[in-house]
Amino acid sequence: MRRFVIGQAKNLIDQTRRPRPHHNNIRLLSLLASDPIPVSSSRLFSDMPGSDSSSSLPVTIDSINPNVLKCEYAVRGEIVNIAQKLQDDLKINKDAYPFDEIIYCNIGNPQSLSQQPITFFREVLALCSHTALLDRDETHALFSADSIARAWKILDQIPGKATGAYSHSQGIKGLRDAIAAGIEARDGFPADPNDIFMTDGASPGVHMMMQLLISSEKDGILCPIPQYPLYSASIALHGGSLVPYYLDEASGWGLEISELKKQLEDAKSKGITVRALAVINPGNPTGQVLSEENQRDIVDFCKKEGLVLLADEVYQENVYVPDKKFHSFKKVARSMGYGEKDISLVSFQSISKGYYGECGKRGGYMEVTGFTSDVREQIYKVASVNLCSNISGQILASLVMSPPKPGDESYESYIAEKEGILSSMARRAKTLEEALNKLEGITCNRAEGAMYLFPCINLPQKAIAAAEAAKTAPDTFYCKRLLNATGIVLVPGSGFRQVPGTWHFRCTILPQEDKIPAIVNRLTEFHKSFMDEFRD
Amino acid sequence: MALEYDSLNENVKKCQYAVRGELYLRASELQKEGKKIIFTNVGNPHALGQKPLTFPRQVVALCQAPFLLDNPNVGMLFPADAIARAKHYLSLTSGGLGAYSDSRGLPGVRKEVAEFIERRDGYPRPCASYLSYHSDPELIFLTDGASKGVMQILNCVIRGAGDGILVPVPQYPLYSATISLLGGSLVPYYLDESENWGLDVNNLKQSVAQARSQGISVRAMVIINPGNPTGQCLSEANLREILRFCYNEKLVLLGDEVYQQNIYQDERPFISSKKVLMDMGSPFSKEVQLVSFHTVSKGYWGECGQRGGYFEMTNFPPRVVEEIYKVASIALSPNVSAQIFMGLMVNPPKPGDISYDQFTRESKGILESLRRRAKIMTDGFNSCKNVVCNFTEGAMYSFPQIRLPPGALQAAKQAGKVPDVFYCLKLLEATGISTVPGSGFGQKEGVFHLRTTILPAEEEMPEIMDSFKKFNDAFMTQYDNNFGYSRM
Repeated sequence: MRRFVIGQAKNLIDQTRRPRPHHNNIRLLSLLASDPIPVSSSRLFSDMPGSDSSSSLPVTIDSINPNVLKCEYAVRGEIVNIAQKLQDDLKINKDAYPFDEIIYCNIGNPQSLSQQPITFFREVLALCSHTALLDRDETHALFSADSIARAWKILDQIPGKATGAYSHSQGIKGLRDAIAAGIEARDGFPADPNDIFMTDGASPGVHMMMQLLISSEKDGILCPIPQYPLYSASIALHGGSLVPYYLDEASGWGLEISELKKQLEDAKSKGITVRALAVINPGNPTGQVLSEENQRDIVDFCKKEGLVLLADEVYQENVYVPDKKFHSFKKVARSMGYGEKDISLVSFQSISKGYYGECGKRGGYMEVTGFTSDVREQIYKVASVNLCSNISGQILASLVMSPPKPGDESYESYIAEKEGILSSMARRAKTLEEALNKLEGITCNRAEGAMYLFPCINLPQKAIAAAEAAKTAPDTFYCKRLLNATGIVLVPGSGFRQVPGTWHFRCTILPQEDKIPAIVNRLTEFHKSFMDEFRD
Repeated sequence: MALEYDSLNENVKKCQYAVRGELYLRASELQKEGKKIIFTNVGNPHALGQKPLTFPRQVVALCQAPFLLDNPNVGMLFPADAIARAKHYLSLTSGGLGAYSDSRGLPGVRKEVAEFIERRDGYPRPCASYLSYHSDPELIFLTDGASKGVMQILNCVIRGAGDGILVPVPQYPLYSATISLLGGSLVPYYLDESENWGLDVNNLKQSVAQARSQGISVRAMVIINPGNPTGQCLSEANLREILRFCYNEKLVLLGDEVYQQNIYQDERPFISSKKVLMDMGSPFSKEVQLVSFHTVSKGYWGECGQRGGYFEMTNFPPRVVEEIYKVASIALSPNVSAQIFMGLMVNPPKPGDISYDQFTRESKGILESLRRRAKIMTDGFNSCKNVVCNFTEGAMYSFPQIRLPPGALQAAKQAGKVPDVFYCLKLLEATGISTVPGSGFGQKEGVFHLRTTILPAEEEMPEIMDSFKKFNDAFMTQYDNNFGYSRM
């Protein structure tokens, strides 16, 4: 009987993956729309005997690591799952929907929305991928001379020119030299290649630091609210405590030292040892660029309280307003006269953002300063278990930190591409911000940097009640309705946390410029009809 | 100082990973001083002169720079099938190599992996019996190297120190390091050196019983097949025994099969754990939970630096798969270039393709050379004084037993070093050969080994083995005092 039932369950699961007739999909969607917990089709069968029982299988939902169950990551969570099913269904049921495509505004993934990679970078990568090209005369007709020269330079820094070999666990030395030089050029203060740990994207670096810092739930990490949910998820996975500090929406998401102090004291009184302060600058989802003065106060705070400063600076090239400028925390600390002995600082950078947007390559690094050698050995040891990060990503990271210079053959086209992308982002940020501010009950701070808008939505009581009845958070309720009406995928503010009782959503500025007017129209129309339905 | 050594997570401090530990660091120091070092500490073929296969590099180069595909002269540099394949893989992405893919990996590539698994295990589509052997792309997750996949699965299984994972001794220290980092318990089961590193189910039973008597809940069992560092290939009978054991004891089986292409004898070809499990039929095939791991780093591909791997889950409840998916999504996506390498590996050029002959020639050349080198190395070690070496049936390593005389044990103690570390450091300093001491992998008390790879170039092998023999025999003579030797 049990085998038969498992077979039935398997059949049903398999069926939901195949294209299904229209009416079944509507039923499936309405079921999904009302279910507040992260969902997939299989959830419908969880009550069937044998399909998910804790009976005799060693690994079931009841017996897996509870930290895994606790952690959440809304950027690719419930709403995205629904969107993917809609997208699949759109292929066969075009007329069933009031939109003809799903537009993913949930994730900072520029090249998935037609942003082009920087030509010079990809030329170098292609040559390093297939080094035999460098021996062919025809190559000169297809590649710029400086990309060929750069590929040679990089290959000379790789033992045996073997781009398929595991490298040093911190990354190829020559590439770290280039990155250190880039950091020095950016900040005006020296950087040591031995302080650099290259990782598959910035995220693994964050995980490594959390692993080092957290021994139990008594270890706390101060995180901004709203925050990019990598931090909350990583802290949960490592069994630590997230100590929130609230950014001030009214003052453009400002970071108040008094708030940091308050939260620190609060945590201490609960028996939590706060070990680090995470700052995202430019902010995600909030987009604010910290003032230098603010940064100095933060550095002093960390020094005084003995906290490691975790500086997430992955959006350092994304600043859209003339009155703000990116300053690295390293530069700020050094210009205050603070050196290795004064402040423990980990600075994260990535190739996924900026104007290069190379998310799928998985490249990044952390610069680790102000740690004793025995601690650094431990960081090295953890990095070595994974052997090394992917070489192609390492090469890209070095290119990002040492791009073409004036006089280089590719400089003109490189600058044109870079400025084209950044100025377009600035325009899109402004257009969307203005459009959102026109909507009833919505206020939106400007995006000073990063890639997102994070408007505050003042939901009417009726909407909140409807959300409660549907057992969904109000901002999730709004975003689901929006998705079903417009095909636009956003992330509800609850995915980033927010001041309790306030509601937000995060929307990227990344759809191509020519799509923005249509997006604005659809959003505006939907919002009007939503408010008509739920206005108090 | 904000972060003191004392306040670091204990699990981090406890974890060890000898492959890039003391010997490697010392070798790197000596290299900086100008000494010629032969790095045989890690399975890193391209670092020792193995050339990458041409076809995949052509395809990925085109994917890196898709504007090449628009150039009318591209055919002068790339064969037509590489061009077609690049277009195919780019069409599977949603924005080329630079866009995050699905967190589980590109669906199109996972489908190719599923089809590969079915073909490999003798059930190519169209398959007569859909339910009896099936590989579901939804249960295949691509990862940044197989190691990341192992970490993800163990992170799911280990809840705390009370959870034990059965791990072979000797083992590849990714397992011990990860279990340490996750705060779990390693439950060792000893492979039998005198039986060519065979696996005796009685050893397994003993290990489990002992762990349980200490209050440990044994949750999973790791097998590495072909073995690392030991190289043994499990027979079908052995795999059946293991699967039956996992069924009886309610253990998840973690099948590390990254060396499945590296087989150097014909008596025991590679058979996947999944195939054996499915062939066993009910109740085993429906109830034993299995995770199988593979990679682009080994085999004849050796593309370690790409960081490409996958795992396939069998008999995992949907809600658990969802949770694993959720954790994967925090890392956003595995790197897309490596996913394309994976697609190419499971779907290589076929007879009739323009690149087929070259691809076959290159692959065969590598595999046949590896087979020869496995033999040269085994024979070479066996010709040395006090060294006994099992044949490398598979994988990429040789794991000779070094019977250290009491004099050497004493000298090691005086130097404050574990005996095999002492030996390996002396070997390094005398010959430049950088190995990993057996203690890094685990071994029986008082029995010492070292691990080396079979990867140095074939033409350099005789000289390397001579160099080793010269050092070893001199070392043995130096410390020989006829009082009896370390041996199992």
